[in-house]
Amino acid sequence: MRPGLFTRRRFLGLASAASGAAVLRCETVSAPRHARTASALVDVNVSLSQWPLRRLALSNTTGLVAKLRGNNVISAWAGTFDGLLHKDLAGVNARLTHECQRNGRGVLRPFGSINPMLPDWEEELRRCADEHRMPGIRLHPNYHGYSLSDPNFARLLKLAAERRLIVQLALVMEDERMMHPLLQARPVDTAPLAGLVKQMPSLRLVLLNALRTLRAKPLLDLIAAGNVFVEISMLEGIGGVGNLLQQVPSTRVLFGSHAPLFYFESSLFKLRESPLSDEQMRNIRAANARTLAAAFQRRTML
Amino acid sequence: MEIWDLHCHLSGVPGNTPEARLDKLLEYADRFGVARLCVYMGMEWAYDPSPEKLRDDNDQVLRALKHRPDRVLGFVYLNPKHIEASLHELDRCVRDGPMVGVKLWVAQRCNTPELDPIIARATELKAVIFQHTWLKITGNLPGESTPMDLAELAARHPKAALICGHSGGDWERGLRAIRPCQNVYADLAGGDPTAGLTEMAVRELGAERVIYGSDIGGRSFASQLAKVYGAEIPQKTKALILGANLKRLLQPILKDKGIKA
Repeated sequence: MRPGLFTRRRFLGLASAASGAAVLRCETVSAPRHARTASALVDVNVSLSQWPLRRLALSNTTGLVAKLRGNNVISAWAGTFDGLLHKDLAGVNARLTHECQRNGRGVLRPFGSINPMLPDWEEELRRCADEHRMPGIRLHPNYHGYSLSDPNFARLLKLAAERRLIVQLALVMEDERMMHPLLQARPVDTAPLAGLVKQMPSLRLVLLNALRTLRAKPLLDLIAAGNVFVEISMLEGIGGVGNLLQQVPSTRVLFGSHAPLFYFESSLFKLRESPLSDEQMRNIRAANARTLAAAFQRRTML
Repeated sequence: MEIWDLHCHLSGVPGNTPEARLDKLLEYADRFGVARLCVYMGMEWAYDPSPEKLRDDNDQVLRALKHRPDRVLGFVYLNPKHIEASLHELDRCVRDGPMVGVKLWVAQRCNTPELDPIIARATELKAVIFQHTWLKITGNLPGESTPMDLAELAARHPKAALICGHSGGDWERGLRAIRPCQNVYADLAGGDPTAGLTEMAVRELGAERVIYGSDIGGRSFASQLAKVYGAEIPQKTKALILGANLKRLLQPILKDKGIKA
């Protein structure tokens, strides 16, 4: 059997359970202990609170965490939809931290929102690092109205790198063709990014929802520029993960679901669609994210 | 639970021949237990295909069908701007050939009367009709249909079995547009795996009018199957969407052609 091969009989057997979540539960419950550990996931792209334009089935933290835990997610890096449009980001980040602590069941890690167009945003960054003890921050330039050539963005990256914060940069949140007419946030133009990354060797940058618009040479240039990672939630095409790994080292690819806006199972099934080696699977499922997070743990011990 | 995929293409798939591309598609389909693929259009697409291009595209699908008749169902690709050629292709590929459906894409909006002879003839042959639709806030192509266009067509042809491709893309509007049309089915394929799509389709149209498709190779089986497996709907509803609805819709023409399913 090739690596990761998933036979029809096996899939149908699992699919007879009630849902995609149950599919994986069946697999993990019957697996030996070492296999369960190997199948652990770190999801670097989930969001809490309410998507502004639609009620989502998993918009309550308890439900989302149950879904994640049911699918063997041991850690999920959580931003918040409130960070897209709210201006009181200090309040947003405090609530995010509280919610992760209160209802995260040890799975959720808060990633605060920073808007470098707001007055005194540096204080928000300080609170994320020093008060909330966050592993990183999440940026939404297209919702906050700045381009990546803005000097404030460069300064934010520099300060975040100095504080050893992981920086998550979301290029888009949904398909630009079906956005609300009054809320059209075009994908972030990443052209200035490679140059900035090269100047900051200690920066650890995770691109979220990137693979719809960032492909081929611009993607490879960014990956080559420094510590840049991508996640798979918006990766498409037949055998998408396998295709991506023909261009990008598996050490730079992370598991991200974009839940609850996307069905969690989408990214989960992508790992089944492509035949992956054990090492590739290990890297994407958890190892790369753990390595990234380890730098945060070193920071908190200082 | 048998999975039939309503919406598959030979484009965006590795391989130099229709047979090689189909083999590759089936390799991935087998990883998820997808039993049957409905395939349409050729290895390279044209928005407004000439009669020659239509014939060439359909020949490629016929080759794929001949290669794996046990796994593939074919839809004939037509262009309403070339009515005579389209009717000829319909006869060649469906009446006299093995295909079971019609594919209409973006050459001409589907509410125009030019489509009427195609829809009437396809309905006589018991072929299902798949119409691409999208509602793009960024602007549709000039000949690109909306679900509202399809609703107009459906009202003129109440006996036709029509499928609303992509549920209109902007599915919260698209599903509403086709909701009153009992002869229009929603195709789940081709958009992002946005949570809530399948639940709304089932709630507003009823489980029997919702059909799984992938739009492979532009999309992945993974993201599109997730729309069904990840949805908060009963297991029996998932079974309808994943295969039973399409099977039921195609049953009359499959029976006529002696295709066992």
